[in-house]
Amino acid sequence: MKDRILTGTHFMLGNHAVVEGALAAGCDFFAGYPITPANEISQRMSERLPAVGGRFIQGEDELCSIYAVTGASLAGARAMTATASAGYNYMMEGIGYAVAAEIPAVIVDVQRCRGENFATQSDVMQMRWGPSGDHEMIVLAPASVQELFDFTFRAFNLAERYRNPVIVMSETTIALMREKLVIPQSAALQRRHRERPKVPPDAFMPFRADPDGVPPLPDLGEGYRIIHSLNPHDEAGGINWDPDVFEGLYRRITGKIKNNVDDISRVQSFFMEDADVVVTAYGSEARSALQMVKIARDRGHRAGLLKLDTVWPVPEKQLAQAARQADVMLAVEMNIGKYAAEIERLCGRHCEVVRVTKNRGLMHTTGELLQALEEVMR
Amino acid sequence: MKNNPLRSYIRPGYLPHMFCPGCGAGQVLHFFVRAADDLGLDFDKLVAIGGVGCAARIPVYLHADVLHGVHGRTLPWAMGIKLYKPDLKVVIFAGDGDAAAIGGNHLIHAARRNLDVTMIVVNNLNFGMTGGQMAPTTPMQCATSTTPFGNQENPFDLCALAQSAGATFVSRWATTRPAQTIRAIKKALTHNGFAFLEIISQCPTNFGRRALSTGEAVKVRQWIADRTVTLAKATAMDPEKRAGAFVLGDFHQAAAPVFRGTSVSGTEE
Repeated sequence: MKDRILTGTHFMLGNHAVVEGALAAGCDFFAGYPITPANEISQRMSERLPAVGGRFIQGEDELCSIYAVTGASLAGARAMTATASAGYNYMMEGIGYAVAAEIPAVIVDVQRCRGENFATQSDVMQMRWGPSGDHEMIVLAPASVQELFDFTFRAFNLAERYRNPVIVMSETTIALMREKLVIPQSAALQRRHRERPKVPPDAFMPFRADPDGVPPLPDLGEGYRIIHSLNPHDEAGGINWDPDVFEGLYRRITGKIKNNVDDISRVQSFFMEDADVVVTAYGSEARSALQMVKIARDRGHRAGLLKLDTVWPVPEKQLAQAARQADVMLAVEMNIGKYAAEIERLCGRHCEVVRVTKNRGLMHTTGELLQALEEVMR
Repeated sequence: MKNNPLRSYIRPGYLPHMFCPGCGAGQVLHFFVRAADDLGLDFDKLVAIGGVGCAARIPVYLHADVLHGVHGRTLPWAMGIKLYKPDLKVVIFAGDGDAAAIGGNHLIHAARRNLDVTMIVVNNLNFGMTGGQMAPTTPMQCATSTTPFGNQENPFDLCALAQSAGATFVSRWATTRPAQTIRAIKKALTHNGFAFLEIISQCPTNFGRRALSTGEAVKVRQWIADRTVTLAKATAMDPEKRAGAFVLGDFHQAAAPVFRGTSVSGTEE
């Protein structure tokens, strides 16, 4: 395992696929604190990173880990940390700093039930809204070992592209699952790098954005002498409490995500062409949802699945389009009903939205979802 | 002022600084640029880090790369930067609250690892920026805005803490001793490994007014000066007198391998 990219077909643990996706994306810095069920990520990183010239740190806590990641990223690293629900609580502070100072970082959060390693999706709102202050988050929702690889890879490119933290929203289910993983040739894995200044330090305004809302970012130690502060800062990087500066900054750092939602947010459609009953699902719940839709089709229902690969920012256009075609939408998730509010907000005026929720440490079974569908289609 | 040779180390347009009249933080800024000038420190390769608080504002005035604005997390930032780019000089300016209260856990672990950074703790004996609350360094019985009847908590001896946790350079001086403090900054900056320097500093606005009933910087400095004693003299003092004193000196310096990461392959240099 001396190669950075393990091109080939594997039978791999989900947490290990995260590591391989990160390494394929050029990850060269990792800091993490032990927590189940994310441990296999740090353990594999501790072995793999030194072999490919990267740095691995076990922090004294999650705060140390997230700040080491943001520090390293400013120094030029493609940096990542991984944790699980309770650990994410601590990391929110550092994620808020990464948003405000516009620092690329990838955070993997393996959702678990409070204190136990049962399946859940109950942190889908925390990942969106956790840190204080105005912010937008990019949150990707893989549903398989293959997607843990693919989405972790993509998370690095999005973080670099938008200078924003990107969350890979994993779950106990897929993190501790072994299944087939295909790692492509390196030529097929296109890495995106942060924009660099095109002018010398004297002429550089560190927080003056390009038209896409994202300013270029030099590495620490390149002579640009920038203040990277959590506090409101002007285009020159000076700490500045002028209300116009304050609001302009927060409009820009949220706008750079919101205005690029078409580039960021992706869905996968299954059997949607003629569907009048549409299931929405994200993460591992999309697995039983897809199976259910196939069975429902066999039983004569015109069922379709909209699988949300990106949960934040919300793929609003795709959801509204599905709602215009559907009579009923089933908002499936493994919690007491959280993301359903977004489905209702976007789809409720076009069709009926039914919440299908479960939060008892177990995924929805195909049978449970089929029963829910047949109840509303009766 | 324009012709001051030290001016080139200060971020253009940033003076006058925001510190209260008579505050020791301005002195520490001055001491640092003097030390940096004597050493010929390359500010293109300097990363100065501050968290939150009065002392945390010092790096903002330095014309270098700066991280600022989160309370207590200076050392994790420093670790990420130093391990990824070991050729950078990483210097932390922290208040006593930043370093020893909210950041205390990071302090002992950075010392334990012998992280190769310089940490300058400006100890003004209270939380100055937030209005003069009790800090883990406030002397017993001192009145502060949250100990109106006198502090009931034992203060930390930060140097003893850093040394016992594994720091390989440990020193304490005070703003009342500029020459020795500048010398200690130079020693800290040239040390290979975790260098911990505590500078006892006056806070006339909050500590002075509440604990000492005076807002005059000169009087607060005199109060500090009256309680400072050099290490050589302190060893001869009776323990009761020494207990309330600020012992000044270079306590510890040792050569030890510096931290390069938790998992470092044997084949790496």
